[in-house]
Amino acid sequence: MFAGKPSFFYRRLASPLHAARAGVGAAWALALTAAALGLFHPLALLALLAAVLGAGFGAGVGRQLSRALRTAAIVAIPIVLINVLVSREGLTVFVRLGDLGPFGQGDLTVEALVYGLVVALKVGLLILIATLAGLSVDPDELLKGLRRLSFRSALTASLCVRMIPLLAADGLRLAEAQRTRPDGARTGPRARVALLGAVVAGSLDRAMDVAATLELRGFAQPSPSRPASRSGAWSRHDVAFVCSGLAVVAISVLGRLAGSFRFQAYPLVEMPVTAGALTLCLALCVAILLPFVDRLGIEP
Amino acid sequence: MSAIVSFEGVTYRYPESDSPALEDVDFEIEPGEFCLLAGLSGHGKSTLLRAACGLVPHFHGGSFAGAVTLAGLDTRAHGPAQLGAFAGALFQDPETQLVTSSVRAELSLSLESRGHMPGAVARGVEEVSLALGIDSLLDRSVHELSGGEQQRVALGAALAGRPPVVLLDEPTSQLDPVAGDELIGLLRRLNQEWETTVLLAEHRLERCLHAADRVIALRSGHVAHDGDPASFLAWAAEESPALQTPGAKLFALAGLKPPPVGVRQARGALRARGLLPREGNGVSSPPTMAPLNGSQTPPSADPGRLPAFRDRPQIPQMPPNPEPGPVPGGRRTLSVTGKRRAGNASAALRMRGVWHELKDGPSILRGVDLTLARGETVALMGANGAGKSTLLRHAAGLLEPTRGKVEHAGRVALLLQNPGDYFVHERVGEEAGPDALRAVGLLGMADRNPRDLSGGERQRLALAIVAGAGAGAGAGAGIGAGAGAGIGVDPGGGDGEGGPVSGRSPAVLALDEPTRGMDREAKAELARALRARAEGGQTVIVATHDPEFAAACARRAVLLADGRVIADGPARELLAGGWYFATEIARILGGAGGALLPEQGFELLRAPALEVAL
Repeated sequence: MFAGKPSFFYRRLASPLHAARAGVGAAWALALTAAALGLFHPLALLALLAAVLGAGFGAGVGRQLSRALRTAAIVAIPIVLINVLVSREGLTVFVRLGDLGPFGQGDLTVEALVYGLVVALKVGLLILIATLAGLSVDPDELLKGLRRLSFRSALTASLCVRMIPLLAADGLRLAEAQRTRPDGARTGPRARVALLGAVVAGSLDRAMDVAATLELRGFAQPSPSRPASRSGAWSRHDVAFVCSGLAVVAISVLGRLAGSFRFQAYPLVEMPVTAGALTLCLALCVAILLPFVDRLGIEP
Repeated sequence: MSAIVSFEGVTYRYPESDSPALEDVDFEIEPGEFCLLAGLSGHGKSTLLRAACGLVPHFHGGSFAGAVTLAGLDTRAHGPAQLGAFAGALFQDPETQLVTSSVRAELSLSLESRGHMPGAVARGVEEVSLALGIDSLLDRSVHELSGGEQQRVALGAALAGRPPVVLLDEPTSQLDPVAGDELIGLLRRLNQEWETTVLLAEHRLERCLHAADRVIALRSGHVAHDGDPASFLAWAAEESPALQTPGAKLFALAGLKPPPVGVRQARGALRARGLLPREGNGVSSPPTMAPLNGSQTPPSADPGRLPAFRDRPQIPQMPPNPEPGPVPGGRRTLSVTGKRRAGNASAALRMRGVWHELKDGPSILRGVDLTLARGETVALMGANGAGKSTLLRHAAGLLEPTRGKVEHAGRVALLLQNPGDYFVHERVGEEAGPDALRAVGLLGMADRNPRDLSGGERQRLALAIVAGAGAGAGAGAGIGAGAGAGIGVDPGGGDGEGGPVSGRSPAVLALDEPTRGMDREAKAELARALRARAEGGQTVIVATHDPEFAAACARRAVLLADGRVIADGPARELLAGGWYFATEIARILGGAGGALLPEQGFELLRAPALEVAL
């Protein structure tokens, strides 16, 4: 056994989310995405962040989600910096940079900082939700559903999904082979171009083999069948995640309509922290995490 | 009965190729036949399989003459997509034949592509998974599977539509001996129970000849022989010795006829001639046998001569191992603890209690203790997933042990499984220096593109890249002797901008499955090259699934299982006594005398009893 396979891809694990059908998992992730896009109150976003991270650990992909969180942080920092530097809408100045010529007054405001943080939090949430869905929702099952609409397009998409880990593994192998050369992995522009050429040549060879396999499997046949949808009654996990998704959307809408999640960044930060807001944040966390409590029937 | 596959005067030339890959090929295969394709690398086996399923010429292009029909369909008029309904194909690399992410999706793909109704798809997936024993894998991701599992899933995908013909191109090349035998047994079962026609190309004929009804041998694109396995072996003995199985070679050396198809037939024939004891099953029986006559020349080919020594009662003891042991002053013994010792002065590589534990995962290596002496040749064997590749990566410093220590007396050159991963230039001459190319016999090919080389040539080029010209400076001192400790940096080569490698010779040369897809001639050549390096002072360790290659190149064998060294000893002992990790000769002779190769078996058969006993 070679201990070097990439692990940042969907694997069937023993978790309630993995046990739910792919369509339900994807819909649940979409509900979280809608909440992340629709909510602006930092408290609600932080509650959502905590719940998504908890869901990641509940789904057995907490380690990968932690890594994604680091990536999100890297993305978030420039968002905050840029917003602070370019926004001129806030009233509470915390640093005066004076006149910046063609760029006008360079005053940095608390409101721009807070709004930058909110946007960064939302982007980070989207990254985490996408990672969670990517690691927990079977792409083949999902694309199989889409094949009912367009067989070849969905199969091509499925093939792309399959090729990503394969190409990652190819990359690892090539890098390893270069490290075993007596002169070590070569550096410099010429060496990099040569290596890129080798990667492309290897990919083309692989593409030829895959194309031959697809030919023999009847990819070019004129009348593919519509694949069956996942048969049988809905499992307890399917029902739980549907309810969870609906609850998340309902809480988000309720919070917006009731004014509990009211948030305004400019010209002054307005972010009331009420008992209603705290209750709805708690409800949001419970709605997201509750399906993970039920561990019956989750073995792959 | 009408043929299910027929070739009529087929000549085929790949695009931009000067010589035909197939030339005037004529044969017919009846439904339910198990047919083996034999031949050296590059002699047309893969092309023939691709022609049978229509990939040649539809997919590969080129010029095609003659006619191929599959299940009554002319491949000139029908493309691979239509022909694929009648022929499942399994090629060498299962990774490229798995096109979806999960096993269930993979198995259902071809059925859905061909318009089967959902119920039929579900039934087909269920049945084929049960038949191949992969039902427990249905919900697994394909990139989590081991090589053997991937091979089974790829076979399942090929068989899901229950095609009447299955075409296989070296399907066992990545499998350990147990999984390889299982796959051949499975094919035989499909053939016998479902009357599936099997057309199988394979280099390791000793693995599958016993299962075949017929053998078609190809030479330079021609059908050189077409007959049953026994007639093929008789033909190979005269016309193409490189295609002989080890058992057949033993019989040829001993002048015995007919050549045996498989171990059972060989043992029966030897027993009938009094050359093996009648009692016992060869595994538990003591390693004894009656010898041929004591003359220095092989006995007559006339089987009638053999009864003259059938009843000789004298039983020889095991002959002494002519090869010196690597441990100075120590007797070679078979150890089940893996704690062989070599002094610092002679040790080229030492692993002490090496663990490789994956974060949130299993332990791949579990406290491996292994010491390799200078100039030693070691075969590292074990099932798929035993930890062989990881061990070699630790030896070469590509991985750091989570516990334990690895010491080496110089550079450890590691040749990984895919030689193509080393090639980053357009010319062979840019990949390695002239001395290194000369050492592997590729100096005359310096202007060729590495990707145009044959499998064996690619392997040799990769060897030249990682190991340089041969044994030399780096192989001179043991651990602690102060010379060249640590992975060396080539003082002369390696300009950092892609110049050819002219590296200092490594102290240890490690090779990971170097014989995949190689024919017997290429393997013999590689084994010779490795022995020569060992004689020059380099230590050679080879991870291999091929007991015949292990026996040909190594004096010591180490067996890994579940990340542990479970046996470690002279190859002539370790590879002589088993069912799977044993050569065909050892299985035929029941491990007697530690004979692993045909020549050793022949020496044992003809050794005068008293002489051997002494």
